[in-house]
Amino acid sequence: MSTAVSTTEEVIAHGHDHGHDHEHEHHELGFIRKYIFSEDHKTIAKQYLISGILWAFIGGALSIIFRLQLGFPDMSLEWLRPVLGEWIDESGKLDKEFYLALVTMHGTIMVFFVLTAGLSGTFSNFLIPLQIGARDMASGFINMLSYWFFFLSSVIMFSSLFIETGPASGGWVIYPPLSALPQAMPGSGLGMTLWLTSMALFIVSQLMGGINYICTIINLRTRGMTFTKMPLTIWSFFFTAVLGLLSFPVLLSAALLLIFDRSFGTSFYLSEIYIQGQALPNMGGSPILYQHLFWFLGHPEVYIVLLPALGMTSEVIATNARKPIFGYRAMIGSMMGITVLAFIVWAHHMFVTGMNPFLGSVFMFLTLIIAVPSAVKGFNYITTLWKGNIVFTPAMLFSIGLVSLFISGGVTGIILGNSALDINLHDTYFVVAHFHLVMGAASFFGLMAGVYHWFPKMFGRMMNKTAGYIHFWFTFVGVYSVFFPMHYTGIAGFPRRYYSFTALGNDSQAAFTDLNAFISFAAIITFTAQAIFFINFFYSIFKGKRATQNPWKSNTLEWTTPIVPGHGNWEGEIPAVYRWPYDYSKPGSEADFIPQTIPHSATPESNLPEENDEIAKEKEIESLLAAQNESYNR
Amino acid sequence: MNYLVGLLSVVFFILAITVISKSLKLNKNLSGENESDSALDSHNNTNAVGFLLFWLFGTIAGVWSFLHSQPDFLPEAASAHGVKTDSMFWISMAVVTFAFFITNSLLFFFAFQYRNNKNRKATFYPVNHKLEIIWTIIPAIVMAILVFTGWRTWRDITSQAPSNAVVIELTGHQFGWYVRYAGNDDSQLGNINYKLIDETNSLGLDFTDKNTFDDFTASELHLPKGVPVLLKIRAQDVLHSVYLPFHRVKMDAVPGMPTKFWFTPTISTDEMRAKLGKSDFNFKLNCTEICGRGHFGMAITVFVDEPEDYKKWVSEQKPFLTMNPAYLSKVPENLKAKASKYIPAEPIATDSTASEAVSVK
Repeated sequence: MSTAVSTTEEVIAHGHDHGHDHEHEHHELGFIRKYIFSEDHKTIAKQYLISGILWAFIGGALSIIFRLQLGFPDMSLEWLRPVLGEWIDESGKLDKEFYLALVTMHGTIMVFFVLTAGLSGTFSNFLIPLQIGARDMASGFINMLSYWFFFLSSVIMFSSLFIETGPASGGWVIYPPLSALPQAMPGSGLGMTLWLTSMALFIVSQLMGGINYICTIINLRTRGMTFTKMPLTIWSFFFTAVLGLLSFPVLLSAALLLIFDRSFGTSFYLSEIYIQGQALPNMGGSPILYQHLFWFLGHPEVYIVLLPALGMTSEVIATNARKPIFGYRAMIGSMMGITVLAFIVWAHHMFVTGMNPFLGSVFMFLTLIIAVPSAVKGFNYITTLWKGNIVFTPAMLFSIGLVSLFISGGVTGIILGNSALDINLHDTYFVVAHFHLVMGAASFFGLMAGVYHWFPKMFGRMMNKTAGYIHFWFTFVGVYSVFFPMHYTGIAGFPRRYYSFTALGNDSQAAFTDLNAFISFAAIITFTAQAIFFINFFYSIFKGKRATQNPWKSNTLEWTTPIVPGHGNWEGEIPAVYRWPYDYSKPGSEADFIPQTIPHSATPESNLPEENDEIAKEKEIESLLAAQNESYNR
Repeated sequence: MNYLVGLLSVVFFILAITVISKSLKLNKNLSGENESDSALDSHNNTNAVGFLLFWLFGTIAGVWSFLHSQPDFLPEAASAHGVKTDSMFWISMAVVTFAFFITNSLLFFFAFQYRNNKNRKATFYPVNHKLEIIWTIIPAIVMAILVFTGWRTWRDITSQAPSNAVVIELTGHQFGWYVRYAGNDDSQLGNINYKLIDETNSLGLDFTDKNTFDDFTASELHLPKGVPVLLKIRAQDVLHSVYLPFHRVKMDAVPGMPTKFWFTPTISTDEMRAKLGKSDFNFKLNCTEICGRGHFGMAITVFVDEPEDYKKWVSEQKPFLTMNPAYLSKVPENLKAKASKYIPAEPIATDSTASEAVSVK
């Protein structure tokens, strides 16, 4: 707590500086404090982003390797031996255990390291202070620690890829007893120890980040920025942080109990096991307990990944459709509904695990309720486009892509959430198709939309738009080509995490040989197309065209900062906020956007009747300036 | 399928060419001024058309690929409940495909229709409570109907097994399945205890329980047609999952926690062979819970026999005790007499092969 206080003082000191000597852009920090152990939320966000991008390439590359096995089962992978060494067996094929390791690490990396840390970590950090009008996070120091815990966790997870027994291989859900018993598979040895260590650190990082996001949003909003004037991005980050803060500790407990079972002879998850010619002494544990604990995080995790993407999409779509987001309050309400329901649907992942079927019925009802707020969000996005005046920036393309993927992947959730139908579809490619579309690809598109949209604010330069368009079209067509056909193999009963499908018998795999080859082919193209982004991103950081103050003509506060904001974000006073962030194409207004900082008294021509009442409140908002400065100077 | 590869490659190619040629044209015409400063550029219409093309080609590819794959989907369910869940699946699928198609079409059409036009201004349309209520209530009603029918089916499937059900025990291990039948003399499975497992007694049969004496094991799963079957499912080492694709049966096998699933096979192996026109067709039992290296190959063959054939098959099977008379020594004194009945006069020269399920090749 004392560190929190002292760093708050540090932040305050920065604010103080800005308040008093405006000419001084920022006091010079050394390279290390400025770029490495930085407490500036913008630098931390960029650290998260670049880590996330690197992780995404690793995670993607792993998936390409196992797609080669699935798509071209007869192909010799001898040429990968220089990279994979012993993991290519004598016959030139992928080792069967390494295949499982690839699947496991692909899932772990994509879910946690890319779409949790890379997405929420980047944009919560970057946008919260900028969009609510704060100098920095509530605690810059904890924020810095959050990144470095993540970094440490990353290093450990990454190193586990190189050990002799291989990384964790029991699926990203690491169900015990498979994950608890090193004799069950080599990946459950040191690889699993590293996985658990890494995830424990990851959770610490998430909790530090989450508590910071919540504190910042509640306490550091600028004058006039009431909750109902916050952009939907901030609302989504807020709900995401709440979800993470309440559910990650449960994963930590699950992991701790697993560590006890693995290392200290307890029997939380183990009972009556006979393995490798040996009867283990453990009695009375329950693997189902682990599944409950895991999915208590695991399901909210889906929304931790998805909500920030949806929030950013709301912002990008409104800005580029030049139209207010349709149903602002319904959007908040549906996100709130999703947040609450996210905690009470977890067992729909467990319909056929031997859980009491009555519980299955309860969770089926709860699960299908969550489809309602999700549907409302979909309809609202579509209505926002209706009669808009759409500018297709790369960010807008990715946002529209997100909405499409969110719908396409979401509808099959209605099928899987039905426990009677889940019996046959559980653990088949139908599930793989479903969650890759709705949470994997949709969130990835949100991430891309965010990068293209806020790149100018991050680096003061623009990304190349044409490369952005090409990147989008390849990715959009590619993602659908990869995941849409997977529904078919799922309906044909192909189970996931299968090295090959020969044991299904009756030569049934032959019918889908071409389809599997097509999926792999599309995956390789899609993955390769990401190079366009990679090059564009790093090239533009250094050589991109200089950004203008407000390149997308957006209403939110971040575009009122200097083009490259320094530590403290605004030179001089933080602007006040007078209106909601979605006054686009307001009737009567000359410009097609009215930033949040413009008081209603300045726009009598476009005020709606009820907004004239807001004018009276402007004095009140302005009078808060002293108090706001006071809070930074205290 | 090669056509689809070709088709989509063409789509990729056309899109790429269009975008690149447009950008080249732009470069030629570029005066280097205002154009590039604005978020709006000459590609705006290209991208709008892109969504329309995506919709068009996507629809064609979707319909075509579905029709193409359809013959290879799992054929008609071979169990009583499976027929119900299948029809529910296709009804739900129709509902969601309708929703999927309508919403995606609107999305892409709006994107195209309302592409930027300098002479137009977007309509300021922030809220409409009536609309919000409509599209909250309609999905809620549809969902309620789907859930309710789903729940009733689920309740029936997971109800108590009928008392005449044939009880069969499946035990998953790395990497295979042991099948155990209750025997010809009683319909009770004897106790098992994992601490009694040895090389021969791979299930850990407990010979202090008299119900064990007539139990027999098999390397294949035989099921009677038209009779309810109760599968009692166990695992020895890690999680496994019993998956009978054609019977629409799936249930995890959990170490330390027996699970169960009952169903009624309705199509015999022979009937299915005739139906599919494949004389070598066989039902399969696969594993669908990741369990290690041999997970993907952890399968045994399932035979659904006509009830009389099934009876015949069962009556031909020899109890484990008959096959392995040495285990008589494990039988407590007071039950020895009862157990001796199963000991053949001539010791059978055999070993544990019968109890070994087919494991990974």
